[in-house]
Amino acid sequence: MALDKPYKDIPGTTIFDAEQSRLGYHLNQFCTSLMKPENRMRFKADERRYLDEWPMSEEQKQAVLARDLNRCIELGGNIYFLAKLGATDGRSFQYMAASMTGMTQEQYAQMMLAGGRPPQGNRTVGERRKGESGG
Amino acid sequence: MAKVSASVYTSHIPAIGAALDLGKTGEPYWQPVFGGYQRSKEWMASHLPDVVVLVYNDHANAFSLDLIPTFAIGMGERFMPTDEGWGPRPVPQVVGHPELAAHIAQSVIQDDFDLTIVNRMDVDHGLTVPLSLMFGQPAAWPCRVIPFAVNVVLYPVPSGRRCWNLGRAIRKAIALYDEPLTVQVWGTGGMSHQLQGPRAGLINREFDQAFLDRLIADPEGLAQMPHIDYVREAGSEGIELVMWLIARGAMSDRPPRVAHRFYHVPASNTAVGHLILENSE
Repeated sequence: MALDKPYKDIPGTTIFDAEQSRLGYHLNQFCTSLMKPENRMRFKADERRYLDEWPMSEEQKQAVLARDLNRCIELGGNIYFLAKLGATDGRSFQYMAASMTGMTQEQYAQMMLAGGRPPQGNRTVGERRKGESGG
Repeated sequence: MAKVSASVYTSHIPAIGAALDLGKTGEPYWQPVFGGYQRSKEWMASHLPDVVVLVYNDHANAFSLDLIPTFAIGMGERFMPTDEGWGPRPVPQVVGHPELAAHIAQSVIQDDFDLTIVNRMDVDHGLTVPLSLMFGQPAAWPCRVIPFAVNVVLYPVPSGRRCWNLGRAIRKAIALYDEPLTVQVWGTGGMSHQLQGPRAGLINREFDQAFLDRLIADPEGLAQMPHIDYVREAGSEGIELVMWLIARGAMSDRPPRVAHRFYHVPASNTAVGHLILENSE
């Protein structure tokens, strides 16, 4: 019998559960390796070559090369691990968060200053649809 | 006998640490955040404990996916700030209290909480940012600190109820310690925030304020709230708030005195929440 995962209907959100962490083990451990300065240097010198040292899927490698964080998360990545990749690129948490929303840095920062993304319309997939059809 | 004198609750946003370390506290963006902790530092000057049991979560720094303990108590002599990828924070090393930590582990494990005992680990912003907010930028932290790490990164994380009961078990352990130490228990993380996916940037003021109200007046009721409510209402990273229930559970059954309450949006991606509760004598 399948386990109940009530968080699956939250829009724009991937919960990093045991299943996701199983999928993303090598991807996240690659990210962890970037906590060492010498590894950051080696990765920056030849990203593809460094990635090929890890038993990650080709999809995961492509997502890392493209810095597509949403795709990385879909493939088992977790934001706190992916933050090491962002740090290697000299990026802040806010930059990384903004990059996943389809907004520009400036738009995202403005949204946060204005009080953040509201929960209304963002609680469940169904709620969002209702909000959209209700105009 | 040792006793819990007070509990402190605060967000532990990494950008706050960066703003402090880079001397940006006076900038218009950051001034409201640090202004909210001015009173906390004044309070701390007259309420300095011997030991802080600091409940926080590691953010994929001390614990990679190789090993993920649900509850881990730091029993080492000292803990160093970790390099999270931007270089280690320029803050003092954390001096532990191995004797009290061993005592807590001995007692709490026998109360059915399976603590992982850690003798060597580095500590990240989850632990060092609250110290900076409460103590400022001293050459050495003014008291001992026992790091108490909770997994809130990999689901399922411990329930609010379990965290509350763990706080109760820690309270009992501290009360049974022979040396007359004054102990504070801190709960950190939160408040509403989401750092991932197209829903990143979620903030829920109403949820946060209600959480603060209930943490003060109805913590045991609040502890019954299921995970899904945190995630849906306060964002995927808002689940960190379960850690506040450990600190609250370590307090006396009598209503606490609210020494300070502060709330501000935003700091980077996150709502900043802060409470200081004193045990009434």
